Amino acid sequence: MAVARARTLPSNGMLGFLAVLAIVAIAAPFLLPSYQTLNLSYALIFAIAILGLNILTGYSGQITLGHGAFLAIGAYASAIAQQKMGINYLLTIPIAGVVCGLLGFAFGFPALRLEGIYLALATFALAVAAPTVLKKPAAITGGVAGIILPPVTSPTEFLTDDQFFYIVCLGIAALCFLLAWNILRGRTGRAFRAIRDGDLAAVAFGVNLASYKTLAFAISAFLAGIAGALYGIATGFVSADAYPFQLSILLLVGAVIGGLGTLEGAVIGGFFSQFLPQLSQQALSSINKQVANAAPSVTQGILLLVVMVVARQGVAGLIRSNVHRLRYPVQSGDDTPAAPEASAQTGPL
Amino acid sequence: MRFQPAIKRTVVILSVFALAACGGTTSSGPAAKTASDVGITKDQILLGGTIALSGPAAAYGTIAKASNAYFQYVNDNGGVNGRKIKYNYLDDGYNPAQTVPLTKQLAEGSDPVFAMFGGLGTQAQVSVEQYLNSKKVPQVFVASGATQFSAEGKKFPYTFGWQPTYQGEAYIYAQALLKNSPNAKVAVIYQNDDYGTDYLNGLKKGLGSKASSMIVAVQNNEVGAPDVKSQITTLKASGADTLMIFETPSPAIKSIATAAAVGWHPTIYLNSVAAPVPYVGAAQKATGSAASVDGILTVNYVKDALDPANASDSGVTLFKTILSKYYPEGKTTDAFNMYGMAVAYTMVDVLKHSGDNPTRKSLVDALNNFNESDNPFLAKGVTAKNTPNDHYTITQEAIYKYVAADGRYAQQGDLVDVRGKVTYQ
Amino acid sequence: MTFFLQQLVSGLAAGGAYASLALALVLIYSAMGLVNFAQGEFAMFATFIAWTLMVNLGVPYPLAFVLALGFAMLGAAAIERLIVRPFERGPQLGVVIVTLALLSITNGMAGFIWGYVPRAFPTPFPQNPVVIAGVYISIQDLGVIGVSLLVLGLIYILFNRTKLGLAMRTAALYPDSARLLGVSVGGMLAVGWGLASGVGAVSGILLAPSLFLEPNMMQQVIIYAFAAAVLGGIESPIGAVVGGLLLGVLLAMVGAYVQPLADLRLAVALLLIVVVLVVRPSGLLGQVHVRRV
Repeated sequence: MAVARARTLPSNGMLGFLAVLAIVAIAAPFLLPSYQTLNLSYALIFAIAILGLNILTGYSGQITLGHGAFLAIGAYASAIAQQKMGINYLLTIPIAGVVCGLLGFAFGFPALRLEGIYLALATFALAVAAPTVLKKPAAITGGVAGIILPPVTSPTEFLTDDQFFYIVCLGIAALCFLLAWNILRGRTGRAFRAIRDGDLAAVAFGVNLASYKTLAFAISAFLAGIAGALYGIATGFVSADAYPFQLSILLLVGAVIGGLGTLEGAVIGGFFSQFLPQLSQQALSSINKQVANAAPSVTQGILLLVVMVVARQGVAGLIRSNVHRLRYPVQSGDDTPAAPEASAQTGPL
Repeated sequence: MRFQPAIKRTVVILSVFALAACGGTTSSGPAAKTASDVGITKDQILLGGTIALSGPAAAYGTIAKASNAYFQYVNDNGGVNGRKIKYNYLDDGYNPAQTVPLTKQLAEGSDPVFAMFGGLGTQAQVSVEQYLNSKKVPQVFVASGATQFSAEGKKFPYTFGWQPTYQGEAYIYAQALLKNSPNAKVAVIYQNDDYGTDYLNGLKKGLGSKASSMIVAVQNNEVGAPDVKSQITTLKASGADTLMIFETPSPAIKSIATAAAVGWHPTIYLNSVAAPVPYVGAAQKATGSAASVDGILTVNYVKDALDPANASDSGVTLFKTILSKYYPEGKTTDAFNMYGMAVAYTMVDVLKHSGDNPTRKSLVDALNNFNESDNPFLAKGVTAKNTPNDHYTITQEAIYKYVAADGRYAQQGDLVDVRGKVTYQ
Repeated sequence: MTFFLQQLVSGLAAGGAYASLALALVLIYSAMGLVNFAQGEFAMFATFIAWTLMVNLGVPYPLAFVLALGFAMLGAAAIERLIVRPFERGPQLGVVIVTLALLSITNGMAGFIWGYVPRAFPTPFPQNPVVIAGVYISIQDLGVIGVSLLVLGLIYILFNRTKLGLAMRTAALYPDSARLLGVSVGGMLAVGWGLASGVGAVSGILLAPSLFLEPNMMQQVIIYAFAAAVLGGIESPIGAVVGGLLLGVLLAMVGAYVQPLADLRLAVALLLIVVVLVVRPSGLLGQVHVRRV
């Protein structure tokens, strides 16, 4: 037990890397133009959402095509708490997380019965149905018109509104990742992975399947709720049709591209989701504006394919195996040991 | 383009004022061109916009391309008071998480724009409305018929709608019903989002106290639902004799075809978005019967390039010439292309009247005192105009009736103006 | 009663559409154990090919149908060999992401080439409905259901009566044994993609007259088809047809008879499907995996 724990603590090199990363992350909004700061905020929001998805799909092997629904619910919970109850918007963020966490926990029970493609459909149903259902109680949710939120204003003159909001997102993201890291390195994380790698073995080792599976749903939805609240605040407008099922698909793509079953994969996935459309358009525009605007769906799809070819285990996997190769050049003949847990079975889809 | 004298004076005074402020020459000849405001240089006006070129709403992307084609045509013919228009439109994939940062990028990035033009989508544009107004960046001619972009001139002085509001259009249908068939039993099918709901609300407002007795059945469908069979069957069973269709083109065509397929032949009112001849023609082909589309009623404000009635119209000819030269992959069958050129025409018109050295202030002033009656891409007689408190721009539409035998629309009566009739709740 | 029957017919007609595409999803799942999210887009693209052949080049309907079918099958098999193959040894979710990329590419290409204006598409069936006891029945919709049943029969014969079908199933279920028996597992995957795409193309061409041809034509259908296929049991072709028809009828009935929930018809139908799945975790006609935990 002690050995296992020691192994999962970050090494000195890792801590150094994290320190550098933290400095870069804090310095970024002061070096970049305002719109890039906002882009970074969105990337962090998606990173939190994908972290939740990763805990469910990457760590405990339960596929979800419905993560966007919890984002929508989180955004509404926050907006309603602000508008109808006059609660400060920062306080509505944990409220949204708890509301979604409870709903996710509840959804986890029927999901217990389902696996693979059948679970995928059940979650997909959630994503498809959520916008319609959220529109229905118009007195609370504003119906088709949605809820308009006041813009975020910085409480101090040393920070612009965008910089302030970015710091909020960064702080919350750091807390979420710390929480996830703490959960995943311990007993709960091992239980999740045992479930993913084979239910039977997990049961044999005394893992209570039902409680851990529902717990994974709850944590995942909690994080989605936090991300949803931030998303609504960043956009200044919460409307059901801004959360189509395509959002759930986008999050899944981000999670796989980043690298399933890794924490850094969630961050990479968040940045990928936010920046891929913009970067692909900018890159092409600099060559030929007309081609860039002709059919951006095509270029986005091709870029997605290219990234998948280069990083079949997700970008996190690519980085890990390269770091491994650099560290242990002698062993570079077999580069398999460093491949992350993304290769693990996530059940058929 | 007819400016009222008082407005003309204002514009002249403003231009002089702007010149004085810039220390320009005070001679009475054409003013020297200066970089009078953000996004304006002595030979260029930079406009920005976000629109869906990818994703589920990519069909609308062609609007920006058609607008851009018109700007290029203007540039090749002398530009706007000697300046060329550059339109930097970016793909937001109909996703507000992209719209908001992209709008900020355009407004305050390395190459900031003079004004935002033709931003698409109600949700996306609501998300940036507060921001643009706080930065005093004009948000001109939002591509949405939602009332909030036009009705709140006081709260959002920099935001301007362009197309007639969905509510206003439905109001016209209501007036026509009350006048021509006050005993009609009305069934409604609408898309279950802000767009369809706006139409439904406009209809109810227009019918007033008679709404509850005249509307006998209402059904809706989700955005992009593959069929409306069950809804139409339910509406038919209500015994209604009139069908209001408030849909995007695909479900609208399906509604018409399905009504015919279940043997229901009500009087059909079809919202203008879905009414161009190619769409109605598709419904006719699918049902194999002219009766299924004959007599469809709609309103029109943009010229229909495929309507034989407009075959020799100079606006349609110009539309086709510009499209083939500057946007050859654009389709003449696509009514959104005509929309894009029409709104670009109004934009150029406003810029021309923003002074020799336009500023954001002079642009908004020109927008607020605007009266354009010669847009060749708008239906005959339709004018675009605004007042400081009223940013609706286009509020007139005439009712048209489809004559299947000729495959064309025929105007019914005069233009109806709903200015002042629809308000934002 | 007429109203009920008319709603039943409406529901079956809509369900026939879901069923026809669901069959393609079942085929691809049987071949490689995943959902091809680009299946609907392949079908749409093949339908545009048929349209171009007929309207632009004057090719008669039957020939255009066959050519578009051939294009769809060869094209999908080629895509499998050239683009999807490298991912087949990796995690399955990777292949799913690749199909999502293909969806985006195919949809964007169709929009660029043909534009987004919905167009009428020729139907091989009579356009006038038949009226039986006041109930209007569309021959076109009947035709879709009929062809779906025909395709279902062909799939049954393929899987149960031919060596190719046997080889495909072996390759999918027991790839290692299949290799020992000399079956080209990779080749079978290409055949699976080709067949699924062919079935999808049939669905697209038959549905286009009522869906109206445009690049987004199949995007919503695939959501319903996915639900239908899973409801029926994802590996069961009969289940796909039953699931599709059931879903269509369910949506119609909720819309018609549960008025306060009419605008929630889709949510209610999906909720019912999830309830069914909780009771029968492998779908209505799927094989139940016995678990002793």
